Amino acid sequence: MKDRYANRKYLVMAMVLIAALILVARLFYIQIINKTYRVSAANNALRPVTQYPARGLIYDRNGELIVYNQAAYDLLVIPVQTTSFDTARFNQILGITMEDFRSRMKTAVSYSRRTPSVFMKMISSETYALLQEELYRFPGFYVQARTLRKYTRPVASHMLGYVGEVDNKLIARDRYYRSGDYIGISGIEKSYEEQLRGRKGVNIFLVDVHNNIKGSYADGRYDTVAVPGTNLWSTIDLNLQEYGEKLMRNKTGSIVAIEPATGEILTLVSSPSYDPELLVGRVRSANFAMLQADTVKPLFDRALMASYPPGSTFKIMNGLIGLQENVIRPSSLFGCSMGYHAGSLTVGCHSHSSPLNLPQAVAQSCNAWFCNAFRSILENKQYALIGDAFDHWRQYLVAFGFGNKLGIDLSNELSGNIPSRSYYDRYYGKDRWKALTVISLAIGQGEIGATPLQMANMAAVIANRGSFYIPHVVKKIGDDGSPAPLYTQKYITGISPANFEPVIEGMEGAVNGGEGSTARGARLDSIIICGKTGTAQNPHGKDHSIFVAFAPKDNPQIAIAVYVENAGFGSTFAAPIASLIIEEYLTGEIKRKYLEDYVLKLVIKPDAKE
Amino acid sequence: MQKSSNILGRLDWVTVILWLVMMIMGWLNIYAAVYNEQHTSIFDISQRYGKQLMWIFAALVLAVLVLVTDNKLWFFFAWFIYGFFIFLLIMVLIVGNEINGAKAWFEIGPFSIQPSEFAKFATGLALASYLNSQRQSSGYRVMGPATAIIMAPMVLIALQPDMGSVITYFAFFIVLYREGMSIYVFISAILAVALFLLTLMLGNVPVAIGLIVMAIVALAVTSGPMLTLKATGILAVSGGLAFLAGHYLLDLKIAGIIVAAVVMAGFGFLWFIYRMKLKLPAVIYAFLISGIFYLFTVDYAFHNILQPHQQTRINIMLGMEADPFGEGYNLNQSLISIGSGGFAGKGYLNGTQTKFKFVPEQSTDFIFCTVGEEWGFLGSVVVIGLFVWLLLRLLVLAERQRTTFIRAYGYGVFGLFLVHVFVNIGMTIGVMPVIGIPLPFFSYGGSSLWGFTILLFVFLRLDAGRSEYLG
Repeated sequence: MKDRYANRKYLVMAMVLIAALILVARLFYIQIINKTYRVSAANNALRPVTQYPARGLIYDRNGELIVYNQAAYDLLVIPVQTTSFDTARFNQILGITMEDFRSRMKTAVSYSRRTPSVFMKMISSETYALLQEELYRFPGFYVQARTLRKYTRPVASHMLGYVGEVDNKLIARDRYYRSGDYIGISGIEKSYEEQLRGRKGVNIFLVDVHNNIKGSYADGRYDTVAVPGTNLWSTIDLNLQEYGEKLMRNKTGSIVAIEPATGEILTLVSSPSYDPELLVGRVRSANFAMLQADTVKPLFDRALMASYPPGSTFKIMNGLIGLQENVIRPSSLFGCSMGYHAGSLTVGCHSHSSPLNLPQAVAQSCNAWFCNAFRSILENKQYALIGDAFDHWRQYLVAFGFGNKLGIDLSNELSGNIPSRSYYDRYYGKDRWKALTVISLAIGQGEIGATPLQMANMAAVIANRGSFYIPHVVKKIGDDGSPAPLYTQKYITGISPANFEPVIEGMEGAVNGGEGSTARGARLDSIIICGKTGTAQNPHGKDHSIFVAFAPKDNPQIAIAVYVENAGFGSTFAAPIASLIIEEYLTGEIKRKYLEDYVLKLVIKPDAKE
Repeated sequence: MQKSSNILGRLDWVTVILWLVMMIMGWLNIYAAVYNEQHTSIFDISQRYGKQLMWIFAALVLAVLVLVTDNKLWFFFAWFIYGFFIFLLIMVLIVGNEINGAKAWFEIGPFSIQPSEFAKFATGLALASYLNSQRQSSGYRVMGPATAIIMAPMVLIALQPDMGSVITYFAFFIVLYREGMSIYVFISAILAVALFLLTLMLGNVPVAIGLIVMAIVALAVTSGPMLTLKATGILAVSGGLAFLAGHYLLDLKIAGIIVAAVVMAGFGFLWFIYRMKLKLPAVIYAFLISGIFYLFTVDYAFHNILQPHQQTRINIMLGMEADPFGEGYNLNQSLISIGSGGFAGKGYLNGTQTKFKFVPEQSTDFIFCTVGEEWGFLGSVVVIGLFVWLLLRLLVLAERQRTTFIRAYGYGVFGLFLVHVFVNIGMTIGVMPVIGIPLPFFSYGGSSLWGFTILLFVFLRLDAGRSEYLG
């Protein structure tokens, strides 16, 4: 049988030879002709020096600097490049003992003889200066420049967050990071890590046996330039922040203030707090352990993570929902005889005149009025099942930002809790529960949990008469940047602006009204503050004091929520604090020195658990 | 036994020695590549060099086992082996372990086995068996199913996904070429690849316009000025129409307008071609329109179907992108280390780049970097020379066969080695995009070493018994 295609073997052979030729030619080019890859003298070693860029700066909303960088230096060693040297002088410059030296050297050698490792982290600038002069005496050692954070004022530590070394899991996942790199671990440092970190560069140097840099490898062809981090402008007002933290000293709780028209957070206070300088550089590990062990939990960001039953401040929501659902009117009158009575059930109330309409009920914080309102909402004939009415009620709350994370640009936000229909179905049986079963929801008790952020957002919604922007802490990324797109979007809550007026009237009355108004202590002469007090029941100790407000009534500039734990009535403690913040922000000075003194002197110890 | 001395006598010792030499060189090279100061003994089993020695011993055993088998065994069981590995390839998708993003491995105790490495061998056998049975005929009736035999494992491996392995299966088309596949298939393939690369480098619109110009020129050359003018006229008119409709009515981009123009021109030509019964212009047009559709399709596929890192790798090879910290990192480091080897290299165990662990995957896919850095141009050429010797030797062995089965299988072995060597070394020096496939006998790994050993030794065994009748 003739093999018709036998001649094809010649083409195949040619293919092999051509392929080999291509490879050899290319090798010839890169190994012989192109000199840039070659290392000249046998004694030269390559030293890659990472260029760490300056981390982005953080300014406040008025352009005042909050966070900047200071230089720090790491001392690196390549053991195989070291020779015998004057260790006494070396230790003297560094300020370490012979024992310390030996143990550090041992660690470096066991990591690798040939790859660089850190001999000593973050030596001071003075040590660095001394060392640089004599570094030629210590071959194998070199210095790498780093940056550490520095703060203009010891405030806003929760929001700013801190920077630390990147952990191994992340190194495995993200090629950009090497062991010993820094990364934002919490707060803005973490959320905006990619913008703040810039981009590392690398200079590859040729170094001779005497530890002298002979030049750049391949004329710098493989060097990359470090790109500095992008600067950020935070939304907070640094002076206001400092003032808020001062007012909250010796108290436990939080303050969240938002600019309603934009969702920008003016101040974010969680108390007790800590000095951000504690978590910088060499002292960070020890200080972190200390802070973590502290029983008052200074690291815990109460503004975003503490979920409390909102208490009477929640009545506003039921008022608004009732109006929108058309089951109550601003003029609706409900009586209250030291409480709400329905059959065997009683919900107590403080003494005040009766009956009241909506604005009055808000101003005087009448429980009975809102129990009635809430009941009307759930027993609305429009809905066949109570579960349906409840779902509908819940939807409004979700639209206001309750029950879910709002989406602030900080990573540790929690979602609070609004119980769902299925929760009660499971507990009582499907649709076998009634408005009275869950009546505590009318006055903000029971299974509701809301964070101070969510309450401040609610205040912002009321200030805006029905809409909001997601609260955020960074308003500008880079010189001509804007915030992340999520924050330029307006959200509508489904309650028409007209329905806000009677509630706002009530909130105005709470602060500026006459007898029975719950927050007269917060009143300002020149500006109309609208607010609502709240007292959250605390099963573990004294009740928490809450106040939400916005000002001025028309064209509001600030919406605020203040929580003071274990303090008792909202009017006595949270309201004055909110009022002072408002006064400081809107007028720039405090006229009511007596009030300020009172708050500053207040010391509220967290009650021990019973 | 007479048979065994026959085998030993007829065994091609040149190849066996080449195989031994390369395995030893590979082993020494791995020692240099991942040298660990804590474990300086080359026999240290906790390190890759110690392990590789174990794989080498196992490979020796495998080789002997293969040589002891009966020739007919491979012939008869070709399809069973193929079926078995197809089954394994399906199973690994279901119960396999995912390493580096591909479900390609079975883990049995401390060992990992990669079925796709052995499936190449099975495919070689099955393909050879099929071609042998069809040796009386040729053409599409034979080549069609033959292509299917090759594509089946390719598809399964593409699902893992392990694109590198998939690409090595194209080696089997060399077998088809030798056994009679129409050369036009290969010419079309080369043209298609060239068109693809041109499209990437120059952009889809310039290349499309280039194709149109070429078509007009071809028409002018073959069919004279009158016809060319008429064709250009039709093209211009349909171009204008397409532009008006596309730009103002339908809002098409230029790409769409060109396609529409060519298609509409086709309708115009139809009338001519039908009336005047013109064959050649029809063929030219057919090429033009298929070329146009093809280039827009691959352009779309490249940008929308290929993964971003795969796109980047191809762009880097074409010199259109650098990406030194990302995808270009491997290539950059590889070039530095090989380039710095100079003429004679830095000497054994003196490679600074690989010591500093600059080169990723330096004991597997980028093993050639250690050769280049430590043994320089001389050493690199020697290694390439050894492979060329092996390849040409395989060709010689394949051509001296009287049975189609053995020859076809031999070409399969040849093709696989050629693709692996050229792609692997090519990738380390920037001639091919970074595709992760091992360098035979040099890259660390039991599966790859045994896969190539079995591949090779089955061929050697068949060759040794080439005078026997297989039936």
